[in-house]
Amino acid sequence: MTSVTGMENCVISLDKVSKVFGKANSAGFYTAVDNLDLKVAQGQMLALLGKTGCGKSTIFNMIAGLTEPSEGRVTVSGHDPFREFDAFRGKMAIVFQGDRLLPWRTAIENVELGLEILGQSAKQRRSHAMSWLERLGLRGHEHDYPHALSGGMRQRVSIARAFATNANLLLCDEPFSALDEMTGKRLRTEFVKLVKENGKTAVFITHSINEALEIGDRIVVLKRPATIAIDIPLTSETRDDAKEAIRSRIQGALAA
Amino acid sequence: MTAAQLESSSASRLGMTALRGAMSYVLPFAVVAGLWQFASLFFPPFLFPSLVDVFARFVSIVTEWSQFVDVLATVLRILAGLAGAFLIGAVLAVLMARSRMIHDFLSPILTLFQGIPALSWVVFAIIWFHGIEPRIFFIMVMTTLPAFSFQVLSALRAMSRDLTEMVMSFRPSRSKLFTAMIIPAVLPDILTAWKVNLGNASRVVVVAELVGATGGVGYQLLQQQQVFDMAGALAWTLQLVVFVLIVQAILTLIENVAFRYRAASERTL
Ligand SMILES: Nc1ncnc2c1ncn2[C@@H]1O[C@H](COP(=O)(O)OP(=O)(O)O)[C@@H](O)[C@H]1O
Ligand SMILES: [Mg+2]
Repeated sequence: MTSVTGMENCVISLDKVSKVFGKANSAGFYTAVDNLDLKVAQGQMLALLGKTGCGKSTIFNMIAGLTEPSEGRVTVSGHDPFREFDAFRGKMAIVFQGDRLLPWRTAIENVELGLEILGQSAKQRRSHAMSWLERLGLRGHEHDYPHALSGGMRQRVSIARAFATNANLLLCDEPFSALDEMTGKRLRTEFVKLVKENGKTAVFITHSINEALEIGDRIVVLKRPATIAIDIPLTSETRDDAKEAIRSRIQGALAA
Repeated sequence: MTAAQLESSSASRLGMTALRGAMSYVLPFAVVAGLWQFASLFFPPFLFPSLVDVFARFVSIVTEWSQFVDVLATVLRILAGLAGAFLIGAVLAVLMARSRMIHDFLSPILTLFQGIPALSWVVFAIIWFHGIEPRIFFIMVMTTLPAFSFQVLSALRAMSRDLTEMVMSFRPSRSKLFTAMIIPAVLPDILTAWKVNLGNASRVVVVAELVGATGGVGYQLLQQQQVFDMAGALAWTLQLVVFVLIVQAILTLIENVAFRYRAASERTL
């Protein structure tokens, strides 16, 4: 892997990016992201940590092309995800904070949404969606409506919906936070496997230091308004005692 | 008690509850009908005709084609007016939802329209249009357009931003966004709007038919008034009432089938 700074093969690049909400000098004016530089390399698994309200979701939405930066430039694979919105069809998979399932669709129909938009045939997407539901342990619930599923099950459907599109860039906003211990652990392992085996790039937001240490191969801790407080690369060789030192550094940064 | 007995007693209790429900629904009508029938014993038929006569007239209208075409004509006028108002209203609502400027421009105009009595539209229609049907269509559209526009607008505004954003994140085409997100999200409110406006339209249509229509329920009501035929007036009125009830029932049926995805715990409204 190339060094964290000055990456050549970077997929995501945020260049002096700021995001302000509301009009200047008005009551609603707020700087959510302040002059942020962040580059994510191909194949990297970046964990974004930060206190609630520090601008994680805002950064996430700018990378996803759902929000336009107020200043600076966001590029994904060299293109502007906001201005060249449609060019990214099928190129990124997004797991939102909260499951955001369509209540009028069954579990399997929810998973099929992205595949429909990609123009897969009905037969193709049905079997594809089914295999993803099975992978996430939802066999037998494919025809249930969201209201009949538990919170953890709904979150798994939403993960299946995002991953089924087989995009190369995965953006996940607290994907495992609504799951129980066991399912969370199993899915994190699956997630790492999926990303690593297919050389995908992933950015995932989390509020759990353990989760970041467990699956991230780089941890960025944000402070408010979103600027980088700590940026630490991790490798499989990072020893446990080193991880403990990192943990206390992160804890310190989050407490500040 | 055995399980079977328990079952049958609870089943009969359920039957009783249903019966009581039906009774409480029918009771007010039965009381009114009873009082009417009682009055018919003491007053001449042109004031309070016997309900038996009213019923006979009702049946003859339904069974005789020469009369039933008048009901059909009125029904078609209602439906055409509603469809026209809905289509125009939906377009206006989308424009208002997308542009603050258009909203600020159209909203007061539509509110103003809401204050204009149906009879005024009748007068305007007679002055502006020649044909009977264009006049009626114009009146029906103008009287239901504001409500439809505001109802569709509020349905669009009530659409979940989170869900829309989620669908958008897949980069759908415009038509896909429409069919996968917008239509299913606004459909419940649209059906409710149709139910409400149907009642309004069926009341306006008979007034609209005063523009010189030579057929239709409004025309027939006018005929009954000229010969002081109360039984006929009631029978024709009932045609419209029954039509509204039938369409409402159909819309409710559609709601029950199309929206079965909604949570159905006992404590929800
Ligand atoms: N659409 C918006 N309008 C105004 N303020 C916003 C908007 N979105 C986010 N914010 C503000 O920006 C800050 C960062 O929000 P967010 O990115 O959601 O934080 P996080 O995901 O880290 O909890 C918060 O203070 C929030 O109130
Ligand atoms: Mg957030």
